[in-house]
Amino acid sequence: MTFFRQTGAIFWKDLLTEYRTKDSLTSMLMFGLLVILMFHFAFEPDSLETERYGPGLLWMTFIFAGILGMNRAFASERENDSLQALKLAPVSWGAIYLGKMLANLLFMLLAEAVMLACFTVFFNFDLIPRLGWMSAIVLLGTLGFASVGTILAAVSMNTRMNDVMLPVLLLPIALPVVIGAVESTSAIFTDPPGEALGFWVKFLVVFNIVFVTLPLLLFEYVLEE
Amino acid sequence: MVRLEKVEKWFGRTSALQGVDLVVQPGEFLVFLGRNGAGKSTLLRVVARLIKPNSGRVEVCGIDVLRHPEAGREKLGFVAHGSYLYRSLTAFENLQFFAKLYGLRNAADRILTALSWVGLKESAHRRVEGFSRGMQQRLSIARATLHEPQVLLLDEPFSGLDLEAAELLGEWLRHFVAGGRTLLMATHDLEQGLSAARRWALIDRGGIVEEFAASDLEARERYKRFLKVRRRDVL
Repeated sequence: MTFFRQTGAIFWKDLLTEYRTKDSLTSMLMFGLLVILMFHFAFEPDSLETERYGPGLLWMTFIFAGILGMNRAFASERENDSLQALKLAPVSWGAIYLGKMLANLLFMLLAEAVMLACFTVFFNFDLIPRLGWMSAIVLLGTLGFASVGTILAAVSMNTRMNDVMLPVLLLPIALPVVIGAVESTSAIFTDPPGEALGFWVKFLVVFNIVFVTLPLLLFEYVLEE
Repeated sequence: MVRLEKVEKWFGRTSALQGVDLVVQPGEFLVFLGRNGAGKSTLLRVVARLIKPNSGRVEVCGIDVLRHPEAGREKLGFVAHGSYLYRSLTAFENLQFFAKLYGLRNAADRILTALSWVGLKESAHRRVEGFSRGMQQRLSIARATLHEPQVLLLDEPFSGLDLEAAELLGEWLRHFVAGGRTLLMATHDLEQGLSAARRWALIDRGGIVEEFAASDLEARERYKRFLKVRRRDVL
């Protein structure tokens, strides 16, 4: 119970900080909406174009917007060096990871919900019949990305040029999740959904189990000086 | 009580601590003196288990902090030059957050008591980003002592404080020690609010080179001469 109480406290603190500063959400939303708008004018999308390019474009927007948010994940801990106070508390360092990862996941999901709504408008995409599958895929893809992103944001926090270091580290490691998310999204963009859907969703579930469990165990070594 | 046995710490090929042995009894106020880079802060951070030593043993209140870091941290408070506070949260919210991490009961009452003690009750619902350096340091002390630790570690707590805030801090340190708790402080300044210190330890190149009583005026002069020689070496 203590572990989850501490996780909840860190999650609550990150929500309150974000509510006050709006750093992560604003940057993710602005970037995501601009990318969708630019591709709308670049492609003049019809239903065939949307089916062909939409999944990749959508996830590219989610991932790059997510990296902007991840770069801010430990910003409040960098100010006044308050990560030290977290490390000084009798807290499992896994709880620090989980609390921050859940906060990042929530911020990304909120931003993605808005981006997805804009995508449906600009790309004439009929989301309603696919809403269930789309929500599940977005949740799984974002969970995997936020899990790896949070631990790598902690790794890159104290490096020089950490804004550059994070995507360099994150994108190769998160590649399986990105592939799984794009392929499963492609499967639901066709009507009826492609047969590969089941395989790619299972693929995402397996990677999520690995990507959430490993950082929980490894986070202690990341914070250790 | 704090006990260190043969503690060594290396950063790459640089030795930060060399076989440090130390025992500090309950109710004792020990001040580590030394130049910048002598190893004072590293020693405090090893006791707090913020840094894992390469070898040796560290005990806080009978707990081996290398084996049981979480249990050890419950007994510790740490005040450093940085305030370790969240700028966008209010003073009350900052303490409330740490109260949750420490699992404190009657948190609201304890927070208000702590804020009154450091003279920040009126500013409880103001965000920390609007606080002066002195106010942040006072709130930092409230954060570090909210869970009533048995051992308080202070790393250059006086730096950046004005005279009034420094005097207040000195007063609080005396109050803390009078309660039978242990205090370890690192500083490079001999004169800063140390009237309550009973024992001083001079650290140089990662080792304790001399320990002396606070009343030992001859040792004070020796330390001043030591700093002068070192300064000449550097220049």
